[in-house]
Amino acid sequence: MNAAVPLKDHWKEQKLFLSRLIAAGVIILTLTGVLIWRLFQLQVVEYQVFSELSQGNRLRIEPLPPTRGLIFDRNGTVLAENRPAWELIITPEQITNLEDSLRSLEGLGLVDPAEHESLFESIRSYRGFERVKLVNLTETQAARFAVRRHHFPGVDIQEGLIRYYPFGELTGHAIGYLASISPAELQRINRGDYAATSLIGKSGIERSYEDTLHGSVGYRQQVVNAQGRVLLDPAMPASVAPISESSQGSLETRWPVPGDNIVLGLDIRLQTAAHEALEGQRGAAVAIEPATGDVLALVSTPAFDPNRFAVGLSRAEFQMLNSDPDEPLFHRALAGHYPPGSTIKPFLGLAALHSDVLEPERRAMCYGHFVLPGNSHRYRDWKPQGHGLMDLHESIVQSCDVYFYQLAVSLGIDYMGPFLREFGFGARTGIDISGENTGLVPSREWKRSQFSRREDQVWFPGETVITGIGQGFTLVTPLQLAHATATMAAAGQRLQPRLVIATENSTTGEVVESAPAMLDVLGDIDPLHWERIGEAMIGVTEGLQGTSRIAMRGAPYTVAGKTGTAQVFSIGQDEEYDAEEIDERLRDHALFIAYAPAEDPTIAVAVVVENGGGGSAGAAPVARKILDAYLVGEMDVDE
Amino acid sequence: MSTSSLELDVGPAAALRSLRFRGIVMDVPIVLTTFAICGLGFVVLYSAVGESSSLMIRQAIRFAVAMLVFGLVAQVSPRTLRMWSPWIFCVTLVLLGLVMVNGVMGGGAQRWLDLGIFRFQPSEIMKISVPMMVAWFLHERPLPPTFGQVLVLLLIFCVPGFLIARQPDLGTALLVMASGGLTVILAGLSLRLIAILGVFALSAIPILWHYMLDYQRARVVAFLNPESDPLGAGYNIIQSKIALGSGGLFGKGWLNGTQAHLEFLPERSTDFIFAVMGEELGLLGLLVLLGLYLLLVGRGLYIAAQAQDTFTRLLAGGLSLTFFVYVFVNAGMVCGLLPIVGVPLPLVSAGGTSMVTLMAGFGILAAIHGNRRLLVS
Repeated sequence: MNAAVPLKDHWKEQKLFLSRLIAAGVIILTLTGVLIWRLFQLQVVEYQVFSELSQGNRLRIEPLPPTRGLIFDRNGTVLAENRPAWELIITPEQITNLEDSLRSLEGLGLVDPAEHESLFESIRSYRGFERVKLVNLTETQAARFAVRRHHFPGVDIQEGLIRYYPFGELTGHAIGYLASISPAELQRINRGDYAATSLIGKSGIERSYEDTLHGSVGYRQQVVNAQGRVLLDPAMPASVAPISESSQGSLETRWPVPGDNIVLGLDIRLQTAAHEALEGQRGAAVAIEPATGDVLALVSTPAFDPNRFAVGLSRAEFQMLNSDPDEPLFHRALAGHYPPGSTIKPFLGLAALHSDVLEPERRAMCYGHFVLPGNSHRYRDWKPQGHGLMDLHESIVQSCDVYFYQLAVSLGIDYMGPFLREFGFGARTGIDISGENTGLVPSREWKRSQFSRREDQVWFPGETVITGIGQGFTLVTPLQLAHATATMAAAGQRLQPRLVIATENSTTGEVVESAPAMLDVLGDIDPLHWERIGEAMIGVTEGLQGTSRIAMRGAPYTVAGKTGTAQVFSIGQDEEYDAEEIDERLRDHALFIAYAPAEDPTIAVAVVVENGGGGSAGAAPVARKILDAYLVGEMDVDE
Repeated sequence: MSTSSLELDVGPAAALRSLRFRGIVMDVPIVLTTFAICGLGFVVLYSAVGESSSLMIRQAIRFAVAMLVFGLVAQVSPRTLRMWSPWIFCVTLVLLGLVMVNGVMGGGAQRWLDLGIFRFQPSEIMKISVPMMVAWFLHERPLPPTFGQVLVLLLIFCVPGFLIARQPDLGTALLVMASGGLTVILAGLSLRLIAILGVFALSAIPILWHYMLDYQRARVVAFLNPESDPLGAGYNIIQSKIALGSGGLFGKGWLNGTQAHLEFLPERSTDFIFAVMGEELGLLGLLVLLGLYLLLVGRGLYIAAQAQDTFTRLLAGGLSLTFFVYVFVNAGMVCGLLPIVGVPLPLVSAGGTSMVTLMAGFGILAAIHGNRRLLVS
């Protein structure tokens, strides 16, 4: 093989090839020999064992369900537990006519006839020997079935555990719920892991921490006859077993491993206070501990009772929940998009201080409206007669719109957008449950890409003006608002909001705490600027003209807050807003953000009440109740 | 080369007419053996699909198409095949890329391309185009291949192998790489290099493990210890061993397999049809089938030994060995010698693309043998 003369030596090559071919032939014969030897082992030597397994007796593997992990709040109160319940079980291979069996069960009032088709399909998707859970039964239903059990070979009741949420709809959105595994989820999961359990986490913590909570399945090998009667079970004493078999020793049991427990940062006292304060309204409230990012309360109303899902919601019940115009299944705190209204003002005020576009002490006159040069359109203040002379402090305290129109124009959208994004607006906060929406911080590029008509793609100066008071395109979620307020409280330290603060191994009791996740720290903003905005926000709750002085009157702690009123419905130039006249659904959204105690904040909250009118009357009182529950502790769990 | 058409008419070539029927190339031993295997397959499949005639008609159509492809490919001269090799390889590679981008999902993996009237798996075609490409690459070069050439060859079968593994279809990926690797080994790859590459491959196992999906890992663990997960991945192995073992020497009789008919055995009509056959026709039935397979492989190796240039020699040898690997991997997996990798039993399992590509491969063998001529050296 000389590189310089790459000639082919055909004779030598063919000889080499033939020798390889012969070697290959020998290997092929050897491997075939191995295969035949193996088949001989299985089919002749061990024939008796396998024959017994397959013919008269069959090996059944009885899966043993793991106990799902519990969920606690930060003070150790149980938020999700497991309770004993009766389950109706069906073993498809032991049923001669599934259709008839289902009909008779429906006749007994145990199975909902409306579910007939879907149950039928779902049972057929399981392997014949797998035990499929049909429904949960009440005590009376279980008794009714027990006396007729002999009519239903292949159908059985067994005692199982059912998920129970002691606080019901209080924790529905945050913790989520369990429901039957859907065909799509069946593709994704390892079916073996769910051989003994039929439910899977569908939302909230139950879904995001499914793997942690679920645990691992165990099993017990049994020998059953063709009718499915257990002939041999490891738990059975040898004298009782109907058969004694050579393979008795090989029957094994592996016990299930329970799932880990989860400790949440939620404080059920706050959760209760917030939920009760929002009861009967559509809204959301989020409370965050600024130093850790722990979510202390996560409330969205109206809510749903997760216990109804665990028992098994009928199709009609689900339809009703799903088509409710108040959307109880919609997680407003995470996914609700709202214009921030005036709650954006402290953030833009900070932007203005940081960028040096204004002198905070310089006063400007507010006549009740603002006009762009060369344009006749009047941007109105919420106070028609105007606020008079305003500086930055007073304009936040009294929520002067005209001052912020001017401020927005001075900053420009290209400065405001990126600054707001640094607070986490316009992006998911990355909280540890799914279902979050991004919100929206508009920019020139966004507008260009969003609209198809050329004339709509331009960013208009008027759009900058209304961005100054949190109207226009800007959208935030209550979670983002609370997160940004917590960042404000911690003077620029951003901690990722999180629900789970620790997991506990339910066998060993070992607790693993997870460390708070620090996000990008806000760019070097002068500490004096933070302080100035903080003082203005204290003015909102304590100042003579403060917009939330009434709601916060008498609080034994200092609150820094800001009200917001977001327009849902735009009013013409010369019309007057009359809350009585327009439809309740078109009324303004009420918003409020706050942190307290202002000197050393331990809690930051954001409250949104849909169509709640003004922020000071509609949302601030809700925030007050949450703050009281946390800082005064007058609320009690048992109350 | 240019005078080949003339040479066909001279004396020695005329002797080869016995393998031709009025100018049509067809290899009688291959045709007879494949018909026997497919016939046996039909019988078993009929039982495995629960005596469903519509499924049998579909399988019959696939068989007809496969035989047509066999007949057509057999008429192509090996010289033409050789010239097309790089193009076929490139086109298949592009198709594989297309599958990645907009293939059709099926059974949790993205393997199929939808051509409107039918769907097919480009990864199956790779089983032929990889050995063709390897043989083409080595045809003009002196053998055994140098180290540098081996690196290029590795690229030729590892790139498609990687793409297929990503689909994810680990079984086919390994088979495609095996088809290339076996062809290179036949070309005379030095034993030292084989050893080195073998060590490399072994050391790649942990890396492979890292990139495997959960279900693939579960299968390997289940193979090493089926009892570790009797509800999940180990279930198939346990049930197929029961099916085989309970069949005994003579089997339970056709249509009488309880494991299969009571639906204990998964994937009865595809990957685990070997177990159905073992249960119903017993060890004797399996020995007949294995014997037929050996006949077919033996015929392929004979054709390779008789082949007259490097390309046809390597291609015939590579295709034959790969065919044996299919048989061994499927049978080995069903009786618990190998992990479950989702490889069908050649010519027996239900499934279209696999049967067509296999018969195309045999068409190539027939073409190689039918078009050979005695060279005056």
